[in-house]
Amino acid sequence: MNPETNTLVREGVESIVNPFDEYALEQALALKDSAGARVTVITMGPPQASAVLRDALARGADRAFLVSSRAFGGADTLATSYAISQAILKAGDGERPDLVLFGKQAIDGDTAQVGPGVSEFLDLPLVAYVKDLNVDAASGSFRATTVMDDGERVVEGPLPAVMTVLKDAPAPRFAPLAGAMSAARARIEVLDEKAIGADPSKIGLRGSPTKVVSIFPPPARGGGRKIEWKGDAASLAAMVREAIDG
Amino acid sequence: MADASIQAGDAKCVGCGLGGSKDLWVFAEQNGGKIAEVAFELLGKGLELKSQRGGGCRLCAVLLGSGITSDMTAALSCAGADVVYAVDDPKLAEYEAAVYVDAVSKLILKHRPEVVLAGATAVGRAFFARVAARVRTGLTADCTALSIEEAKVKGAGAMQMLLHQTRPAFGGNIMATILTPNHRPQMATVRPKVFKRKPAAPGRAVVVKEVLDLVAPRMRLVKAGGNPDAVDIAAAEVLVSGGRGLKSAAAFGQLKELADLLGGEVSASRAAVDAGWVPQSRQVGQTGKSVAPKLYLCFGISGAIQHLEGIRGADRIIAVNNDPEAPIFGMADVGIVGDALEIIPALVSELKKGGS
Repeated sequence: MNPETNTLVREGVESIVNPFDEYALEQALALKDSAGARVTVITMGPPQASAVLRDALARGADRAFLVSSRAFGGADTLATSYAISQAILKAGDGERPDLVLFGKQAIDGDTAQVGPGVSEFLDLPLVAYVKDLNVDAASGSFRATTVMDDGERVVEGPLPAVMTVLKDAPAPRFAPLAGAMSAARARIEVLDEKAIGADPSKIGLRGSPTKVVSIFPPPARGGGRKIEWKGDAASLAAMVREAIDG
Repeated sequence: MADASIQAGDAKCVGCGLGGSKDLWVFAEQNGGKIAEVAFELLGKGLELKSQRGGGCRLCAVLLGSGITSDMTAALSCAGADVVYAVDDPKLAEYEAAVYVDAVSKLILKHRPEVVLAGATAVGRAFFARVAARVRTGLTADCTALSIEEAKVKGAGAMQMLLHQTRPAFGGNIMATILTPNHRPQMATVRPKVFKRKPAAPGRAVVVKEVLDLVAPRMRLVKAGGNPDAVDIAAAEVLVSGGRGLKSAAAFGQLKELADLLGGEVSASRAAVDAGWVPQSRQVGQTGKSVAPKLYLCFGISGAIQHLEGIRGADRIIAVNNDPEAPIFGMADVGIVGDALEIIPALVSELKKGGS
């Protein structure tokens, strides 16, 4: 659902569900249970990323799309946001869904930028850092509890909207065995750049304003002394006090 | 079916392109009239970047809100801003991403800064990603180093002044330097406490009051501020931190006792948060918070790069780990090779014995 590719080589690397996205999926499945939503899962990545989608189907998602093509390779968060936005529109036959959920961030890039980027491309309100969500399907509105730096905020607003979900949200459910069996057989539609009608100048490396120009090991702060613990709590306490009291 | 004529974002997203001003902007986040500390840290860094940039670059602060006071603009001036763009509008009374995005994007398209920096706070992270998408430029999240250097860019005529944006990358033990060569502005977010605030000096910033035709807010704030576990570990003077090596939530109970004895707060590595032993609000590191305590005392944390980046600002690091090769020892001022579960209670009883 939320890959943030850089120029990583992903071929042959096993795909896992981004842990944050599992919480987003759980929110979606809870809405399916309570409000009868149809849950569509989308991920972007190499062919083996379909395993992630099968996992989501096993847990109860209704449809799955894999956005995959070499043309998407090397995408930064802007190009990824664009491609995923196009795929969302494609999955909805040109219509925007009522709710688009993302995990707060991916655990590879950690940027937390793709969800907000998609909200811009789809021109939808953005609610970030959601830990609790209630949707009133009748009035087409939501109430969300978000966690900001200075504490929680409860906001209300109209749907459709884009949200990013925290790990403080309800924990992901397990897939029932029957779900796993049918998911293994389910058809996963693969969307390439043509299928989503992507402007070639906006995807992949070409569509990425940011370029990684160098990678290097982190600078060492320079470790200090290393001592073996021999039970000398008094020295350790003195060291700790000295650091605090200066 | 969808076809190629459907294009996400065409209604609003517009590119800026090269050839704007030389100015460097800092987003001055404020909440209830109080400007976030990270804005002052960024202005401090901005002064350095301005001198690297040269050539008539101005350091500008962008301040949004309803009821902006002269105290607020004066504080930005004293922190080094040459210009303060102030947008005072009732629509900006409460933070809503879409309205903030509209305001900052309109300012960017009007004045075309070369560089825009924002704090990687809960507010800054989300809405700046959206601003970058609207003005069709790159944004590098959570930079830990920034510099400006002149370079030749393919396809651009004149020499360009490029912002070198360095951050930990690829979820692994590596740093990446990232450029935005062909798009302006060059945008980056920086977490609180990564750069240090510079002392205030007399300032003479020009305050430019901007009147913008902003979109209307669509969300309503029902309640703010409720959180029983709201603790800002970034502001703590002493942090006692635990990781996977503590093996259980119970061990964090002991850590809490130790933190109380030292007048500090408990924090944790990602592994401990992922295990459910500690709430995420106490996570130190690239996906948690960057911290800058006088003492960072940690137990059973091996020291992944994301964690080490988060504690770079600590004055003193004392680390306990049973693996003598743990990367945390490469950064700790004092490393103690031993069993955290034995050392924590020993230190607690020693501190109790010694009184305070």
